[in-house]
Order: sequence, then C-alpha cells, then structure tokens
Amino acid sequence: MSTAYQIVVCAGIVPDPLQTLEPVASPAGPALKNEMMLPAVLDPWASHALYEAANLAKNAPGSKVWLVSLGPKAKLQQVMMTVAQKVPFELVALDGPASGFTEAAEVAAALAEAIQAIPGLDKSKLLIFGGWESASRGAGATMQMVGERLGIVDQFQGVDELKIAADGALEILERVEGGKHQISKCIGPPALLGWATGNLPEPKNNPQVGMVNMRTVMPALQKAKPTKLAGEGLSFASVALPKQLRETRIVKDKSPDDIAKEIVEWIKK
Amino acid sequence: METILFLAHTEADGSLAKSAREVLHAAATLHKSIAGSKLVVGLVGESVQAAANSIAACPAAKYFGVVGKDFSQSRYATDAAAAEAICKTAQATLVVAPATSRWNRVLPGVAQRFGGRADTHVTGISSTPTAGVGVNRWYYRQRMEAALQRQQRPWFILIDPGSQTACECGAGTATVENVAVALPDSAMRTTVTGFHAPAADAQTIRPDAQLLFVTGAGWTKKQADGQTHVPEAEKLIRDFLQQARASLGSSKSLVDQSGEGQAVLPFLSHLNQIGQTGATPRHPKGLSTCCHGEEPHTVGWRFIAERRAINLDPNCGWARGKADVLYVADAFAVMGKMNELLAAKK
Repeated sequence: MSTAYQIVVCAGIVPDPLQTLEPVASPAGPALKNEMMLPAVLDPWASHALYEAANLAKNAPGSKVWLVSLGPKAKLQQVMMTVAQKVPFELVALDGPASGFTEAAEVAAALAEAIQAIPGLDKSKLLIFGGWESASRGAGATMQMVGERLGIVDQFQGVDELKIAADGALEILERVEGGKHQISKCIGPPALLGWATGNLPEPKNNPQVGMVNMRTVMPALQKAKPTKLAGEGLSFASVALPKQLRETRIVKDKSPDDIAKEIVEWIKK
Repeated sequence: METILFLAHTEADGSLAKSAREVLHAAATLHKSIAGSKLVVGLVGESVQAAANSIAACPAAKYFGVVGKDFSQSRYATDAAAAEAICKTAQATLVVAPATSRWNRVLPGVAQRFGGRADTHVTGISSTPTAGVGVNRWYYRQRMEAALQRQQRPWFILIDPGSQTACECGAGTATVENVAVALPDSAMRTTVTGFHAPAADAQTIRPDAQLLFVTGAGWTKKQADGQTHVPEAEKLIRDFLQQARASLGSSKSLVDQSGEGQAVLPFLSHLNQIGQTGATPRHPKGLSTCCHGEEPHTVGWRFIAERRAINLDPNCGWARGKADVLYVADAFAVMGKMNELLAAKK
C-alpha cells in the first residue's frame, strides 16, 4: 500500500559543535558569549530527522516535507544556505531566539502553532519528525509537547529506523537502555518521531535542489513570524563551565608490559 | 504545600530498577528538606504490589498504582494516560521520576497536559527555605551546568540514572490505591512487538560495567609499519571487552567511518558513540585508547570518575587535564599485554 505522507520536520539551529562555548549573563537571562557571531548549524539530530523525512518522501510518491525552524532570521538564512542544498523541503520560519536556555514548553507552543497554520495539512497523512534531543537545551521535551498540542499520542523517541509495512503500518526502532532497540508497530499516521541517528549518511550538496528550495526559503524567511520566548517562571541561579581540571600524570618511559600491569591492577582494584 | 510524587514504572519482572531507587532517595531527601511537604509514590506496570512492598519502609504517605497488562508495554499513549491519572489523583506539584527511555518519552508530554513544566537529565535536586526547590542540569551537551528554579507546578523532574545514590528503604507491605484508567481505542494504535539486541556475547554496551573502554579513530589509522591493522585491532578490543567485562564507547569519528566506506571496526554502531552527539555514560572508571581532540569531544567522559588514557601523543587534548593518567605508548602493544594478563588472572 502506498501512502503519501505530509512530513513536518522540527529543527532548531545550534552553534557549530566544534566551537568553544562560554556562558554569559544577559538582561534576558543566560546566553553564550558572542552568540550571534558563532557559526551555526542545523541541530545534528534534527538533521538526521530531515534526511530520513526526505528519504521517506522520495519513496512515497506524492509526499511532501516541511522544515519548521525557530531561530534568529539572519542565522536561519545562513544555515539554510547549506541545508537547502541537501534535500527538498519547504521552510516555515519563526524569527526568535535559538538559545539552549529558552523554555521547551514555549518553543513547543510556537512550533505547534506554526505547524497548525500550514495550509492543507491532513492529520491522516501527518508525520511529525524532529531530533530526540537538541545539542543546545538537550531536554528531549519539546517534541512531546508539540505532539500533545497537535493531539498526537503515538510518539516515539530515540528513533533509529522507520519502515513502512505492506499494510501501511509504521515499524519503528527506538533506543532503549543497554544498547537495545524497542520495536513498535503503529497502525499509521498521525505519529511523532524524535530521531536519534538513523541510518542515512548526510546527503551530498546538490545545487539544483538548493535552487528549487531557495525559491521558497527566501520568502519564508521574509515573512518569518516574530516569536518571543519569555521564559516565564524560570530563573537560572547559575550557569557555569565545569572547573575541574585534572592533574594528569604523564607516563612516558614505561614498557608496554609495565603499563599493562599497572592498568590491569587499576581495573581490578 | 508541595506534594512530591515519586513516579516509577516497574520492570518486566515487577521489580523496581536501580534508577528508580536512586530517584526515590532523591525524593525522600527533598521531602525531608521541605517543611510540610508530602511524599507519595506512584507506580505503573502490569503489577506493582511487589515493587511497592520492596520500598514499603520509605517515608511515603500514600501509594498509587495503575495496573494491568496494557501498562506493561513502554508505549506513549498508555503511559501518558497512566501518569496523568496518578498525578491528578495525587495532586502532585513536584513529580520526580527516573530519566529512563520510557519516562523520557512520555513525561514531558504529560507535563504539557497539566500546563506544567518538565526538566530532563537532571543531575541534582535540592531545596532551601530561601531559594526554594532547584535542580541542576547540563546544557549544550554536557558543556555547561546550570542551577535553576521554576515557579510553575506541576514540575516534572527526570533524574539521570547513576547521578544519585540508591535508597536503602526496607521492604514491608504497602497498601496501594488502584487508580483506574479507561483507555480509548486510540491509545492502542501502537503495539510493542519486541526488542532488538545483539547476541549476549556480542553486546558491547553494558551500563552497569565498572569500566568504560573508549576507542578512538587511531585504531584504524596507519601504524608505524605504514599499514592499517584493523583485524588485529578488532581482536584486541573484543578480547579486552570480554575479559574485563567493560562497556564500549567510541568517538564520533570512528563510528562515522562506517557510513563513509572506510576501514571500520564492525561491532561499532552509533549506539556506542559518546560525546557531543552521543551518550555521556556513567561508570566508575574509564580507559580511552587512540582518542584525539579537544572539547567538545571529551564530554563523552564527563561523568566518568577515574580516567586513564593510552595515546602516542603526550599532548593529546583528550587526556591532558582530562585524565588522571596518560600512558604515552602504542595501544596495540599495551592492549595485547593487558589481554594476556587478564586471561592469566582468570
């Protein structure tokens, strides 16, 4: 059975993971030093969700992918220059903070509202994708709240695989404790999947895809709805880098035998 | 007045996991520190009496349970309905729960139903008369730690396994009040059909292991003779894991090689990945081999207590200032000897 899906991917932007990050106090609460100067990327797990969405759409004719993203407009534009070359999607942009210190519930409210405003959305075909956690807040809470707001109670987190069965059912592998996967079968959309790594490599840049995407990306950025996240009721007493620096004993002149003996004794202690 | 609900799910055998006992300890400590607060227990599972009995000596005023076959499965719709019903019945203002995959999946959604808030991956919880209840959690993938408070209630607090000491509550007989949950058909659209796991002897992720063994990309690079030695590396690592009963972690670069068509260690998957976009497991000891890089890669062993590293580079950022001991040596040679010693000790 072939179903056309409407796949909405929620994806935030985060500082490039290789950047040095330092917290600072700002009038609006904690922030990162030089936050607006830090190069940004699409959140890694949300990126996997986007690639999986595009792959599913490719294999289910008639499907469509939307990318809903909340971040400062200028940063979103910068990130989209790269992301738009990866896979086909239509952008729904929200102009607001992308900080990890924003409140998950408020972000979820903004995302859910944006999704509900997508014209022609059909719940019987709807799959909501996102990362199971972000590389900023790392809460793993936003997607569930989006799902609740949309009335979706078939939710999966830490997803590494989605297969469509012959009867249209969704077969899903979710990460659970101890390096295992839980296997679930859901009879079909609507469903929400918070992706872990998945199985797909990062698609190569495709300028043609980029050109098609950019036709909708730029207008979407221009009409990005300003979104305020007040962080109501939330107060940070402190945000700090870990101070612990270990005094590393460097062992240079020992033979492999002696080192092995020392380590084995340490392991067994 | 705060009503603190300790919310747990039972395991397949009806028991409580260690992570649940850790959270119960945190909940009981919190209860003690908030004057006039009430501690109650909520349990979800196919049967909960044995679990309740196992903690009957804890200072809980009441026990609530949602019981039945439908609640044996780790499934969003039924778990959310169960947790919602218990929270409502208990009139909980603070819900403390272990950050298991099952509760992580569902409790933020339940918080949404109440208009509350949820914090996951919490590593510390406390209360003072002046500041009120506060939690500690990490941001930007374990790179900075925050202490925060919230005014909203209910506040769902999911505590990371391994971050607290387990309670030593004695057993007894607990009276569990059954909370009825009527499940609509829409709650049964998903069925858990099983689990996928490597064969027992091939399982390299062992959360309860004393040692985390971390492999870096250096294992698959050219060695002193100008050749790669991936099959030897594979055997050395496998033998070590088997003999030391260690859990295996890996750097992102090594895991990613499998998707890039390079020489790989076949038993590694993204589940082994630790660090910025992987796990940050908790083990008493950690030994890293052939790992390179500065922050953010080293966050993978943020929560490892004693750390040692083997690396040919004495200035390796992974080890310098991050490990207690850095052995400047060829990991191939050292690991071979270690395996001999471990085999001889058996």
